[in-house]
Amino acid sequence: MRKQFVSTVSDILKSDKKLVLLLGDIGVFGFKEAFAKFPDRVYNIGILEQSTIGLASGLAMKGLIPVVHTIAPFIVERSLEQIKDDFGYQKLGGNFVSLGASYDYTSLGCTHHCPGDVGILKNVPEIEIILPGSAQEFDRLFRQAYNDGHPTYFRLSEKHNSTSQKVIFGQAKVIEKGKSATVIAVGPMLDNVVEAAAGLDITILYYTTLTPFDDKTLFKNFTGDKVIVCEPYYSGALDYDISEAMKSRKISISHIGVPREFLRNYGSTEDQDKFMKLTVNDIRAKLKTLIK
Amino acid sequence: MKQLRKKLLETAAGTGSWHIPSGLSILDVLWVLYDRILDINPKKMKSQEHDHFILSKGHGSLGLYVVLAEKSFIRKADLKNIGKFSSILGGHPDRNKINGVEASTGSLGHGLPMAVGLALAQKISRDPHRVFVLVGDGECNEGTIWESALLAAHRSLNNLCCIIDFNHSTDRALSLGDLAKKFESFGWKVKEINGHDQEQIHSALKEMSDDKPLAIIAKTIKGNGCKMMENNPEWHHKALKLEDLPIILKELN
Repeated sequence: MRKQFVSTVSDILKSDKKLVLLLGDIGVFGFKEAFAKFPDRVYNIGILEQSTIGLASGLAMKGLIPVVHTIAPFIVERSLEQIKDDFGYQKLGGNFVSLGASYDYTSLGCTHHCPGDVGILKNVPEIEIILPGSAQEFDRLFRQAYNDGHPTYFRLSEKHNSTSQKVIFGQAKVIEKGKSATVIAVGPMLDNVVEAAAGLDITILYYTTLTPFDDKTLFKNFTGDKVIVCEPYYSGALDYDISEAMKSRKISISHIGVPREFLRNYGSTEDQDKFMKLTVNDIRAKLKTLIK
Repeated sequence: MKQLRKKLLETAAGTGSWHIPSGLSILDVLWVLYDRILDINPKKMKSQEHDHFILSKGHGSLGLYVVLAEKSFIRKADLKNIGKFSSILGGHPDRNKINGVEASTGSLGHGLPMAVGLALAQKISRDPHRVFVLVGDGECNEGTIWESALLAAHRSLNNLCCIIDFNHSTDRALSLGDLAKKFESFGWKVKEINGHDQEQIHSALKEMSDDKPLAIIAKTIKGNGCKMMENNPEWHHKALKLEDLPIILKELN
């Protein structure tokens, strides 16, 4: 997805003279050609994330379209007030593309983890939150949403699905239709969920846009009386959306995702998946229990 | 100016708690900006081809509102509804409600980064208009002020002017020391002036370096012109009762 981000943004820089890229001293090598071609629209701003987002807001006031890129906790946690005040409150559009997802930088410790991003950003009204499941999906979704006048958060992750879906911004996709329960698979969780659900009689809905939440697809395709949400971040970030979408029905919501705790061990993302019981076998076992 | 101060006090009276002394502290600077410096037209604010101003210390909004009303950006009648449920005027300015306000502010340390962005955008767009931002000295406690100070100098944003309302109101918490030297050491051109001397303000605002942003340290008195409020922390966010208005107005310089 990182390479695709470079490729997509570099391509749009050619066609859209309003696009301005602001890097937080991350991804500089990848964008070296863009730096050379567009010196007045590609900047390595430095390691000052709050001011970078404020600066991006000033660009947006003048009608430019900023893209801010750095590691997830430094955009989301360090600069939350700037996203809320300088973009949301002002009613300005801009793009925040994060690296590192929940625990891609697992060996760097908790300062570089950000499994709280979706839950935190859900508290900024009118923000858009997008979790592509593959490089191609990032390309599709970025092109659809980068210039829609809203603050938009794109979450890049090392983990990705083996095939890409023809995703549309704001719309969930029906992957499987079953009878006993409804599973919501978010972004890069899809592959594991599909494999884990093999032979189980369940509906699988695939979400890459988390805000605005596609309540219609959920309501129309819901089966059984259980919604099981498979999320690659702290569990529970979609509960309000799901309960609002389903308020005329009696449902239960269960979670398969990242527990709300500091991931104090190192190793690889696979090690963390095993530790948190997010492997295919773990997910399958949980699904079987939950749909009983 | 006495009439503007009177209008500010009349606007605040009987409408709850406001940052009245903060508004009085910056009134001279705001007046010179809107009367003699800013190339803007209240009827053409949607066009981007004009000078820009951000009141980063949004709690000084009373000062801004009376100047905006005097210069026909808003109606004088709007001042009478200040703070009411459907009013366009709240404790901090809102760009989506008030003609002439380009950034909604309130939380300190946001205006200068936004102004740096606007100044950079002016350079990208080859627009020669300037960007002015007014920050408080207490606001200079915020890290984003100094992050942005670094950025503006590094990017040679000579179209940016930051006015610091230096009334020393937060020295009790954290002294800023020699603010002029600090901005100079960050790579800014610096002017120190009496923030209530309109000729000095005008002359400083007209200055522009070839390659550096401009910081104007405006030495001001919090509550200027209103003896009871001058440098009196009790009045920082206090309600002015309607019945006390005549006494206060009598004291106006």
